[in-house]
Amino acid sequence: MSALRRTLSRAHSFFRKPPLDADLEAEIAAHIEMATEENIQRGLTPLEARRQAIIRFGGVETAKFYQREARGLMTLDILLQDLRYTLRTLRRDRSFTLVAILILALGIGANIAVFSVVNTILLRPLPFRDADRLMWIAPPPTKCGQSCATYSTDAYDEFRTYSRTFQDVTGYFAFSGPGNLALNRGGAPIPATSIDVIANFFQLLGVEPAMGRAFRPEDAQNGAAPVILITDAWWRTQFNADLNIVGKAFDMNGVQTTVIGVLPRSFDFGAVFSPGAKIDAITPLNLYGPPRNWGNIITMIGRAKPGVTLAQAQQDAEAAAPHMCWRNSQPATCGGYARKNGEGGVVPVPLKDHVSGQLRRSLVVLWSAVGAILLIACVNLSNLLLARAASRSKEFAMRGALGASRFRIVRQLLTESMVLSLSGAVLGLGLAWLLISWFAHQGAVALPLLSTLRIDGAALAWTLLIAVTAAVLFGLLPGLRMAGGNLHESLKDSGLGSGQSRKHDRIRSILVVSEIALACILLVGAGLLLRSFLHVLDVDLGFQPERAAAVKVEYDDSVPNDKDGSLSAARRSAIFQEVIARVSAIPGVEAAGVTDYLPLGQNRAWGTPWAQGVKRPEKNPGSPLVYVITPGYLRAMGTGIQGRDFTWDDGPKSENVVMIDKAFAHYLAQFAHWPNNDAVGQLLVDTNTNGPARIVGVVDDVHEESTEGDTGWQIYYPFIQSGPSSAQLVIRTTLPPATLAASVLHTLRDINPKQPAAEFKPIQMLVSHANSSRRFFMILVAAFAALGILLAALGIYGVISYSVTQRTQEIGIRMALGATMAQVRRSVLVKTLRLALIGIVAGAVVSLFASRAIAALLFNTAPSDPIAFAGMVLLIGAVALLAGYVPARRASRINPMVALRNN
Amino acid sequence: MGDSKLDLLQGTLDLMVLQTLAAMGAQHGYGIARRIEQASGDEVLLNQGTIYASLVRLQQRGWIDAAWGTSDNNRKAKFYSITAEGRGQLAKDAAYWQRLSDVMGRVLAMPAEGGLG
Repeated sequence: MSALRRTLSRAHSFFRKPPLDADLEAEIAAHIEMATEENIQRGLTPLEARRQAIIRFGGVETAKFYQREARGLMTLDILLQDLRYTLRTLRRDRSFTLVAILILALGIGANIAVFSVVNTILLRPLPFRDADRLMWIAPPPTKCGQSCATYSTDAYDEFRTYSRTFQDVTGYFAFSGPGNLALNRGGAPIPATSIDVIANFFQLLGVEPAMGRAFRPEDAQNGAAPVILITDAWWRTQFNADLNIVGKAFDMNGVQTTVIGVLPRSFDFGAVFSPGAKIDAITPLNLYGPPRNWGNIITMIGRAKPGVTLAQAQQDAEAAAPHMCWRNSQPATCGGYARKNGEGGVVPVPLKDHVSGQLRRSLVVLWSAVGAILLIACVNLSNLLLARAASRSKEFAMRGALGASRFRIVRQLLTESMVLSLSGAVLGLGLAWLLISWFAHQGAVALPLLSTLRIDGAALAWTLLIAVTAAVLFGLLPGLRMAGGNLHESLKDSGLGSGQSRKHDRIRSILVVSEIALACILLVGAGLLLRSFLHVLDVDLGFQPERAAAVKVEYDDSVPNDKDGSLSAARRSAIFQEVIARVSAIPGVEAAGVTDYLPLGQNRAWGTPWAQGVKRPEKNPGSPLVYVITPGYLRAMGTGIQGRDFTWDDGPKSENVVMIDKAFAHYLAQFAHWPNNDAVGQLLVDTNTNGPARIVGVVDDVHEESTEGDTGWQIYYPFIQSGPSSAQLVIRTTLPPATLAASVLHTLRDINPKQPAAEFKPIQMLVSHANSSRRFFMILVAAFAALGILLAALGIYGVISYSVTQRTQEIGIRMALGATMAQVRRSVLVKTLRLALIGIVAGAVVSLFASRAIAALLFNTAPSDPIAFAGMVLLIGAVALLAGYVPARRASRINPMVALRNN
Repeated sequence: MGDSKLDLLQGTLDLMVLQTLAAMGAQHGYGIARRIEQASGDEVLLNQGTIYASLVRLQQRGWIDAAWGTSDNNRKAKFYSITAEGRGQLAKDAAYWQRLSDVMGRVLAMPAEGGLG
């Protein structure tokens, strides 16, 4: 009780210093007066009486000091005093202050930006209600792409029924392609992208529309009026943020569709489920309409009941799996999703892990890189402060002599560091904000959650933490050094070749060496990632992305009363023969063809076709991904064929034909023992056609899922023997593809007035998109390495330049005794190179170990890649030479007469 | 004791001030200091100035009050007086010191084992 009262009154006193001091002053004066009077009464002379009174009182200032200490908040008093002093000294030394704050701002800013990325992608929960209970339910990744990561609608229903640990399960249609929605508002239709979700999607995620309502079960039933939810971004760009949009109907894909709500700004489907894709609208998926028979189409997301552990959910899913059928009407397919031979299964993982798990390693590397940057910045600051220490040692020796304790001096110096560091942090926060705003608008980078990037409370707390840590790191060494210095030495030290400055010199050299070593590690890391990236660019993708482009073509091949689909196939044939013929006729177009799926995008599989008359192995080897193509497509993509391409004569009435890729052909040949292992001319069964299909061509392996992964297997069906799910026209041009965009679109619209103004996508863009996250990390690490070198160069320059200044007299004497300019220059450069060499050796050794930690991020590049290491040595060496050359030049221009005269 | 005077133990000055005020009634800083010196038979080494830190401490704890007044010889001075709470604290602290000094006395009077007595 009394302790609390005392604290309060201390705080109160802190703010009432002048009146309290006056009070104390008066009290002490009265005290001494009374004592003097008493002494006079005892017979002393007035002068002696006063002297005795003051002696008995003890020091007046000491008494005041102790009274103030007992009365108020002394620590805060001293802090304010230190702060005032710091601001004064820093203002006096303006160039030092600016350089120091700038270095710190760069180091801290980079750290804040990367922390925000790490926080957004790894640490912060997903932007949904109780996001830790959301699970992604899928088999582990296998060889047949999205078809093996999804479930049929029957299986979804059974899982929902038989699982016990989930509050509810939802999902979305995994095969919606970009541009699948054509908004018709007069003029050319506007292409947009929508995703079909199960009606309970938003309830399960806990997302409320900003306006209107979410889907209800009746929106997804047969015969329901078509409804749509639009995203905030689309609402703003396409509908001018119309506040009365709810309830309005628009022509979408030729159907009047009612907008029932606008999603909140914070909801970004692409950011979470499909990084790098822009989704404009969400539509309800009718589970009991046609999708019933489309096979594996649904990605499942579940919300676990409160308190359910991951292990319980996984056990539960395993128990539910045997009840799930691919199609309930085919009992043989029941239990097909259960885990067998260590493959497949129904496995819930936290949604967060699914979204960002693979990025953990890259982000940790990035985090380490900026950590190294901060260390380099701290070392640099330490060096700058040590240089200042040399010139300020007398000031502190004087303060020591006047009675300041060592602690008090260290405290003063730490206050200075803290002020520098916090100023740097404020500027760094500004830099980080710029960087983050730029990141957040990299829509094309396939990183999840990037659009939700922002500086939040956690980032601010992190900023404070690293600013304080940095201040202690770079302030403590110079502080101890200065406060611990021998008083007499410092007062005597004239700053010329005495022991103290030699010791400073050595510490500064050690700091520079460690700085160079850190920069080496960063540079090696950046070099390895750059080499990996170049190797990825060099990968033979199985197609040639240069000078090729794709555009989505709208067509209508429906024919009434078409029993076996042959009438619509014939119609399709006519449409696309015309499209390809007319587009090929455009000057500059070399080849044209149509496919329903493009590589490096979405994909699907239709079971595993097999060589006719050959027994299948027990173990399911995976399935080839399916492409339905027209003649000319492979030529337009630049994919090589052995055998023949499809022709327009490969129609519904003629023999079924397919093409497969080399890897699948090679695999089948192991079992089939075809003559010369040549698949061309052989028959496949269990294809998507009625009866066996003849392999007419074997084509190059195509990277269909990623540029870095395995190529997988592919199978190609003719456009008029199988049903394509959409049409992507691919053209190969002699001119840059973009220059042909207008004439190609014009031709398409001429053939079909309903053709939307679809995006004209260079194939190179698909490849860039697939490489975007690697490029993003590579560029960031390279930028940080560049920053590291810059800081290291500053450090080298600082130390060498300082030592030249200190040795001005010595150099003057040497030159007076006949040393040439070249000799002086050489001696300075040799000193520089010696420091650099030690740093490089130390850095290279550490890098050998550190690079092993990033081996998993490298592609076709050994962690000890000699080119990356050699590049690092050359670059750091060159930078060191440059940083040393400037002071060396200055040293060689020293005028001996001037140098010897002034001291 | 000769010339060397007793150094004050931490916290003892506060107790002495409280006791002085309890015994003498309201008193100014100089009066308190003089009274302590006299009561101790001039055996305590007291820089009179240190009393002011002690006074502000006691005041902040609410154990003494202070008010400006006039001294016997018509001089303006700050007078301190003990509060009811201060009296309670004094009783507690005095009992504690009594116990401690009893214990110290007994321990220090302990004869050496089998020694010269």
